[in-house]
Amino acid sequence: MKGVPIAKSPGHAGRLAVSDSGVDAAASFIRHTLAIAEIEVRKLMRDPTEVFTRSVQPTLWLLVFGQVLGRTRAIPTGALTYLDFMTPGVLAQSVLFTAIFFGIAVIWERDLGILQKMLVTPAYRGALVLGKAASAGVRGIAQTVIIYVVALALRIHLRFGVLPVVGVLVAVLLGSAVFSTFSLIVACIMKTRERFMGIGQVLTMPLFFASNAIYPIDMMPGWLRVVARVNPLTYLVDALRSLMVQGGVSAFGYGLDLAVQVGVLSLLVVVAARLYPSVAA
Amino acid sequence: MVEGEARLHREEAAAAVETSALSRAFGDLVAVDRLDLRIEKGVFFGLLGSNGAGKSTTIKMLTTLLPPTAGSALVVGFDIAHQARQVRRRIGYVPQMVSADAGLTGTENLMLLAKLYDVPRGERDSRAAEALAFMGLTEVGKKLVRTYSGGMIRRLEIAQALLHRPAVVFLDEPTVGLDPVAKRAVWDKLRELREKFGTTVLLTTHDMDEADVLCETIAVMHHGRIVALGPPVELKAAVGEDATMDDVFVHFTGGAVDEGGSYREVARARRTARRLG
Repeated sequence: MKGVPIAKSPGHAGRLAVSDSGVDAAASFIRHTLAIAEIEVRKLMRDPTEVFTRSVQPTLWLLVFGQVLGRTRAIPTGALTYLDFMTPGVLAQSVLFTAIFFGIAVIWERDLGILQKMLVTPAYRGALVLGKAASAGVRGIAQTVIIYVVALALRIHLRFGVLPVVGVLVAVLLGSAVFSTFSLIVACIMKTRERFMGIGQVLTMPLFFASNAIYPIDMMPGWLRVVARVNPLTYLVDALRSLMVQGGVSAFGYGLDLAVQVGVLSLLVVVAARLYPSVAA
Repeated sequence: MVEGEARLHREEAAAAVETSALSRAFGDLVAVDRLDLRIEKGVFFGLLGSNGAGKSTTIKMLTTLLPPTAGSALVVGFDIAHQARQVRRRIGYVPQMVSADAGLTGTENLMLLAKLYDVPRGERDSRAAEALAFMGLTEVGKKLVRTYSGGMIRRLEIAQALLHRPAVVFLDEPTVGLDPVAKRAVWDKLRELREKFGTTVLLTTHDMDEADVLCETIAVMHHGRIVALGPPVELKAAVGEDATMDDVFVHFTGGAVDEGGSYREVARARRTARRLG
């Protein structure tokens, strides 16, 4: 039939249908990913209300919890004031809380038929999943901007400069991607909004409290330390703590922090790409 | 390349849809039962049946959303299970639910799909503009879909399914919830699509009028099997003099208009109707 796009090199079966090389396939993968993320940027620019409503919680953590606990001096935070210590933790928490409910969008889109339409396109499943992860990253970065503003107002000793700020953005992007993809997997398994919301609540608190977000790992009992060491949030906080505030130290080093985020994300994307189509069935 | 040419030839010679004992079971329930169906290219084909007859499951399998539990199917010569990406490049799909993104403009909805379908960058704008023009939506292209009427949303969704110039378009209950005027407009566009581009159209419907007016060939499904197949005229003649499509439907399905369909399906259909109405 005239006009039907026919593969340039139909000898390739399956995956590389339209392209001659792996380079084209990679370009296609990236294009699909960005196309999905672009929607999120457009929607966010059109209606930024959610960014502001979501900024209430981290503001309260800093303003109330941080101020009060800072006075007790009960938590050993080394050279940092308690507020300085917890600010990166609150940013990480904000990333976690925003991303962990991201999966519900998939259930919405399934109910609306948007998901089915995407799945009938030849777009790579991995790209659809990673596009969602990048969308969560966009939200995470919007949160970051707000938290920086609040932190400045509270005179927290923030680090500025190109490298630290770029580092924070990369960390936030990766952290958002990790937790939103995890959320996507949960949504694929739960399949209904009600069940998802229930489990979402159950997951966030342990992830948050079993991490170094608002107290150092050294304070924890032995068993909890083990949990904190396998919690990806710990590595996000660790990187943020050194990138975001003056005098902050990364306990594990950027290399390990980055490796954990990238490694976990890769694994989650592979799993999510396999589960994703089952939501529509 | 010899292999490639052979495949090109096979694609040209292939039927639009060809199924062989295609089946899908959900636990003990057999939703589609050994379906054998051949749809030639360029045909306007209607799949009729009551809720739970197996229409949607059939469409889900043919559009690669749902793997069959037994049997096989080829779409434009490609296997739905083993060559899913090849199939996806050659089909368009309009789900029954409202699948256009209300928070985006019409043009943005089209551009998204153009990218996912790998339409070359230089052609995306013109293809989106053509699709809008074809569906009579040029003037509202820059408006948010949230402000569209039900008929406009449906036409936009059909436009989205045409950007990559598919050989076969699948539509699941395309006019459910539309008023008669909007419904006619959708019918006209679907006819035009077939006449201008030779696109094969496969639609499911509850609307006997729609099946009668639009489709050249109709298959009536019941309990996951095809119980009647042929042009509307022949089917009507087979049932009796002056028979209508309603009579055909009742005759072949034993009058069981509404015996299946889960709560979720019914809720979905009503939600779609409400959003489009």
